[in-house]
Formats: sequence, C-alpha cells, structure tokens
Amino acid sequence: MLRLVVRRLLQLIPTLLGLSVLLFLWLDRLPGGPASAILGEKATEAEVARINRALGLDQPVYVQYWRFLKRIVELDLGTSTQTGQPVWDEFVLRFPATVELSLLAILIAVAVGVPLGYFAARNRGGWLDVTAVSGSLVGICIPVFFLALILKGIFAVQLGIFPSYGRQDTGINATDVTGFAVLDGILTGEFDASWDAIMHLILPAVALASIPLAVIVRMTRASVLEVQDEDYVRTAEAKGLKRSVVRSRHVLRNAMLPVVTAVGLLTGSLLSGAVLTESVFSFGGIGSFIRTAIDGRDYPVLVGFIMFIAMVYVLINLLVDLAYSLIDPRVRVH
Amino acid sequence: MRIFKTRAARAITAAVAVGLIATGCASERDSDNESGGKKDTFVFAGAGDPGSLDPALASDGETFRVTRQAFEALLEHESGGTKLVGGLAETWSSNDAGTVWTFNLRKGVKFHDGEAFNAAAVCANYDHWFNWKGTYQSSAVSYYWQTIMGGFAKNEDPETPEANYKSCTAKDENTAVIEVKQPSANLPGGFSLNALAIHSPKAIKEYEKQEATAKGDAITYPKYSQEAGTVAGTGPYKIVKWNKGNKEVTLERFDDYWGEKAKIKNLVFRTIDTEEGRRQALQAGDIDGYDLVAPADVKTLEDQGYVVPTRGVFNLFYVGMSQSANPALKKKEVRQAIAQAIDKENLVKTQLPEGGKVADQFMPDTIEGYSKNVKQYPHDPAAAKALLKKAGAQNLTIEFCYPTEVTRPYMPAPQDLFELMKADLEKAGIKVKPKAMKWAPDYLDATEAGSCALHMLGWTGDFNDGYNFIGTWFAGFDKQWGFKDKKVFDAVNAGSKMGKAEERTAAYQKANEVIMDYLPGVPISSSPPAIAFGKNVNPPNVSPLTQEVFAEASFK
Repeated sequence: MLRLVVRRLLQLIPTLLGLSVLLFLWLDRLPGGPASAILGEKATEAEVARINRALGLDQPVYVQYWRFLKRIVELDLGTSTQTGQPVWDEFVLRFPATVELSLLAILIAVAVGVPLGYFAARNRGGWLDVTAVSGSLVGICIPVFFLALILKGIFAVQLGIFPSYGRQDTGINATDVTGFAVLDGILTGEFDASWDAIMHLILPAVALASIPLAVIVRMTRASVLEVQDEDYVRTAEAKGLKRSVVRSRHVLRNAMLPVVTAVGLLTGSLLSGAVLTESVFSFGGIGSFIRTAIDGRDYPVLVGFIMFIAMVYVLINLLVDLAYSLIDPRVRVH
Repeated sequence: MRIFKTRAARAITAAVAVGLIATGCASERDSDNESGGKKDTFVFAGAGDPGSLDPALASDGETFRVTRQAFEALLEHESGGTKLVGGLAETWSSNDAGTVWTFNLRKGVKFHDGEAFNAAAVCANYDHWFNWKGTYQSSAVSYYWQTIMGGFAKNEDPETPEANYKSCTAKDENTAVIEVKQPSANLPGGFSLNALAIHSPKAIKEYEKQEATAKGDAITYPKYSQEAGTVAGTGPYKIVKWNKGNKEVTLERFDDYWGEKAKIKNLVFRTIDTEEGRRQALQAGDIDGYDLVAPADVKTLEDQGYVVPTRGVFNLFYVGMSQSANPALKKKEVRQAIAQAIDKENLVKTQLPEGGKVADQFMPDTIEGYSKNVKQYPHDPAAAKALLKKAGAQNLTIEFCYPTEVTRPYMPAPQDLFELMKADLEKAGIKVKPKAMKWAPDYLDATEAGSCALHMLGWTGDFNDGYNFIGTWFAGFDKQWGFKDKKVFDAVNAGSKMGKAEERTAAYQKANEVIMDYLPGVPISSSPPAIAFGKNVNPPNVSPLTQEVFAEASFK
C-alpha cells in the first residue's frame, strides 16, 4: 500500500513538469508576450520593456523557465493582478468553499446515484428503471446553471427555505479556523455556523450534483447489469449463499470498480468546473474567481490554478487507486 | 422488492424530515429578519468587492461605498445633494487666488481608535500622502491624490504630474491651513473626496511601516488595508471585519461619533456580482438593499412593495469617436452625420430609467457651467446622409465597440443601447462593424488606447464642478478621442485655474459651446440610477454622487 502511495506521488513530478513546460510555452507565446497581455492595447514599447525587465523576461529562456519552476516549487505563484494579493493566499481563501461544495455535490450524487442505479438494474424494465434512465437523461441534458436558477427561484426566492446566495449568513459571525465553514463550526463547537453553512451549500450542491448523479446512476446500472450475469455470481447463488450476501459482496462490490473511477474523475471536474453554479449563488469559491481571472487576463492566477488543479487531479486519482485496492484485493497483489 | 419498499419508505421519511427541519430553520431565519425593532443588522449588496479599506488607495465606487461610512473628509456634500457643506471642517475659506485654504475644524471629534481629531491630524494625513514614495506613487494607487493635488514631494517617475500641494499648517488646535501652488478647479471639491478623508495619526504611523509593492502591473496592497484593525476614521461606523471568503465587510456603530449616531447597529456590505442575484437576494429577504438596479426591474420591485428611490441626475453617457482609429472621423461633417443619425430621444425613452434626459453637451444640466447656447444636432437621418455625401463618405464603414456583461449607472443595458444606435446609423447609410468586448480590461483598454472608432462610455461626477466632467476628457490630447485642437483645449483649461467658482462657471459655459461646435463625440443622455431597499427599510437619502450615508437608514 505504501509503495502504491509513493509511486503515485512520484508520478506527480513528471506530470507537473510536463504541465509546467506547456504553461511556460503558452505564456511565452502569448501575442506580444506576457507584457502585452498584461498591459493590453495601450502598451507602448517603453512600458513593455519595463514590464519585461520587472518580470525577468529579458533573460534567456532557460533562465526564465528555471525561475518559473523554482517559484512554483516554493509555492510563490505571483500576485493576482485583480486583487493585488498573492495568488497562493487567494487560493487558500477560496478553495475550501469549492471543496465543500464539490464534496457535498459528489456525496449527493453517490448517495442517491448508486442505490438508484443498483435498484434500477435489479428491476430492469420496471417503473423504477424507466424513471431512473429517463431521469438521468434529463439530468445530463439540463444545463447546470439553468437548474441552479430554477432551484434558487423556487426554494430560496419563492419559498424562502434556503438562502439565495453566499456561504454563511451575516449574523453568524463564525470563527475561521481552516476555511471550511462546516468543519470550522464542528471544531469550534459553533454548530449553528455549521448548520448555516450546510443550508447555504444545499441548493448549489444539488444543482452541481445533477450531471454526476446522472452519470453515476447510468454507470452503476450498467455495471450491475453486467456483473449480475457473471459466472461467479451464479456460482455464489448455486452455493446457497444468502441473496443479500451475493448482492452486497459479489454484485455491488464488483460493480463499484468503474463507478469509483467515474467518481474520482467527476470530483476533479467539479473542483475545476463549478464556475456557473458558484456564479448563480455568489458562492465566493475558486470557480467564480477563475472566471474573473479569465475575463481580466490575470495570468498569475490562471497559471497557479492550472498547476493546482493538476495536482488535485493526481491526488484524487491516488485516492481512487487506494479505493480500488480496498474494493478489489487483486489490485494490491498487482 | 420487499427490501426496496422498506428502504424507499425510509428514504422518503428521511427526506420529509430534512425538509421539515429545513423549513423550520427557514422560519427561524425569517423571524430573525423580520422581528420588528429587534433587527440590528443592515445588509447591502454591491456588485464588486472593495479593493482596500484605506480609501486613499482607492478610485472605485465599491470601495468608497464601504469606506465612506467609516471615514470623513474635511468637506462633504449635503445629504442627498451636490452642494458642498462642512464635514470635519465646520467652515472653510480661501484667499482670492484660491491657493490658501483655511479650515475651521469641528471640535470634540474622535477617531475610532480613541485619538483626538485636530489640525495636526489633518496635516499628518496630507503630508503622509504628499510624501508617498515607491509604489504609492503609481497612479493605480494614488489616482485621486494625483488628480487633485498633482505629484509628490519627490516624484520618482518623470510622467507623474508636478505637485500642486505646497503645505499644510496647523495654525492652532482647530485651524488647518492647506496651501497649493496654483489655483485649481478641483478645489474645494477635492477636499470632499473620500480618498482624501482624514485618518487617525496613530493609524498613519502604522501605515508608514508597510509598503505597497509592485511586480509588473500587479500591485500588492499593504496588509493594513486588507484587514480590519488598523484603519481608523471618524465616521458613524467603524470597520470591524473583512471576511473575503464570504465577500463581506462588517461595520459596527461608533458610539463616540460626534454627530447623529447611526440608527442601525451593524452594517454589512456583501458582494453579489450579478444584477439578477442581487434582486433575488432582496426578494428572498437575504439582503436589505442593493445598487445598480436594472431599469426594467424598477416597476416590478415597486409593485411588490420594495422601496426604489432614484438618484438625482449627475452623470453623462456618450458615444466617443476616435479620430486616430478611423480617419474619416477627422471630417466634421462625418462626426455631425453620426450625431444627427442617432435618435437620442428614442434611446432615453426606451432604455433609460424614468427621469432620464437627452444630453446636448458633455455635462448634465445639474452642473454649474452647463450652457443653453451650445450648437444643437437634432435627429435627422436625411441630413446625416447629405452630410456624409458632402464629406465624400457615402460608403462609410465604421467599427463600433460596445461592452458586454456590465451595467453602469449611466449605461444600464449596453448591448440594447448599441443595437438601437447601430440601427440608427444604418438608416443614415453608415455600415457598422460591431465589436463586443469584455468590460475590463479589454473594453476599457481599447477605448483608452483609442482603438475603437466608435464606443460608448460615461462618467458620474465626483463633485459639482464642470471641470470634473469636461476636464476629464478634453483638457489635452487624449488617445480615446485622438484629436488635437488648441481652441478646445484652451477653452476647457481656461476655467481650471480660476479661483472663483462664478468665474469658472462662465468659462465652462464657453468651453461647452466650443466643444459642441467642434463635436468630438456625441453626448447622449444623463440618467438617474436607481437603488433598491427592502419593504421594511427607511432608506438613507440617495445621492446623485452615489455617496449614500447608511447611518441615516433605519428599519420601519
């Protein structure tokens, strides 16, 4: 197990190195170079030269790349041109919100999607199966931002059950420990703050969960249908094992392997793709920050974000591999 | 199947339970918000985060909206108006030349950190700004100081304007004298800017220990300006927390305030960056007010019982022309044809809020210096065609830039405004090449650089002086317009060095006539932007300068 973890962590190095080269080349190849990208159309030659000197772009390419790499290793991602604050500080400030949102969304998707997909497969052709299959199609078809607007309109504006925006109510005055609002409330004993944060998370998380939920339902259903016809399942049934044991240990467990892979990939995409949902609910996470960074050509933020997300993807894949080895002992052997 | 039925039943029960708990919590939330007399927090939503808690480092409205509640300047504007009145100075006067300004300060004023306000504190502030070094001298950091007072004690960049500030003397405990080298149209109005509000001298000593830094064009603001705790003004509220993650700044009533105390104990500014998001948050009862209301929403909100006052007219929306981007615009007949092609009446009637006015010069009629004798260019497509023919520009093709995803107080729906103007221009035989751009930085950069032949922009005044409008655009060569015309520049600058307001007014009237005779662009309209409040709110007096003081607000 330790070897697996170490091996996967070592894989981070070539992945990030490759990505750093791509990013460096992208920045270097921007029309007019990074200085023109920063200064825009108003740039004069003198200003471009000044920025080039300030950013060290008048140095040879290998020196520039080495400095670029060194800064990334030191987590010095530069300063956001929008906020004037270090990029790393901005990430630390905003990423917990997106992590909380994405985790709850994937939790909802798994908690609802796996049982739904499983029972749909068990009752193939029945009303539940038809409902699950067509419902998941609708889930994939509805744009997330549209669903978010509908949920907000009904449950926040009309019914007033959930808050319409933000991460926490103004009057909560919660203590900030880790930046994870739900966790902080638990750590400090301010349970009202945790509950308030959960209430703020529900609508955006449900909206964000719609596509992963649909994918998980379909994948679980297909996987269970495939596994339940396998010889070893028939053998287990023939041996006289209890139905519940056959279903949980042989069918569901084996059917979960592709679902776990999908969950890993979906979690990664949620972390980097919650832009529209965050925007609808003014959630203040990394998604909306990146959107304004793209609009504002905030290259230090974009570079940092891409490197950061790549790291997160690799770590999620590591967790997926670990989960694999727990579900299927053969993975540990190989 | 049996198992499913029981599990499904359990799941449904759980869902109902969660729903009931959620509804219960919502009821609790509602009762918190609506328990008459108990509510002590006012939440107002703006469109963007503040950039700094030190107004001296700012130049944007979202920052000033927050800092204005905590910091006061020597002069202020009357509540809900544009007339200058005493702020931290009870009275003020100047010598005839307008170079020596004497302020008789208010007594018994305390800063939020307990320090006493006096003439020495005023001078500590002005001298602090005058002696800024390094990154503080960047126009991105000290825009308003440079606009009002010029440069610094030691300019570090040859492009920085020469300092007009000379000195500040504490004549006695309650009399401060500020001297400038040249009379300026920006005074006394500039003394009312929140960017030049007075900070506690103790806080300034802390500020001086910290540096703003810059790498390339990215400026890192000093730490004190990014968290509550150090900044200290004299306003009715003090800043107690800036929760950047939750996008909110919290202020608390300052009980030692010298004037009428704030009616509501806590004031919170939150950022909701979409107009629809702000409206829905108000309708959901999550906030008590918001700014930049879409004109189309005003009636709906009013019908639903919300309070939606409109501010007085103090802005100008115009179509800019860059003569360097399209040489055809160098011909006056072409500029005049464009002016006569655009149906301003229709734009005002269909796109602007109630109370919007057609503009015939580059300042609203609420400003001293507005002239009734400027040349008029009435809507007349036939005349526009004839002018184009006369100029030999019958087949004129022109690029027209407009911004996307933005709403400004003077320009509520840029794309709709653009579409109408495009249709007007096409009726006059002008072929329009549309160019949609993101507001910041693309659109602002392109218009500033003069790369857009036609573009739409506007301005909301900082104070009631004509130079704050016409001086912004036509005091000298500006890439946005791309023309050099000594007659226009001289006329605009004639008033800027006059010490007496009445002399300046006459000079601005003349300047407006010269500008509109030259016709560098097309002034379109001035409009009253709306601001919305909850049904249970007695709103503060709304200000034409967008300088609302939330200490005046209360709950019904």
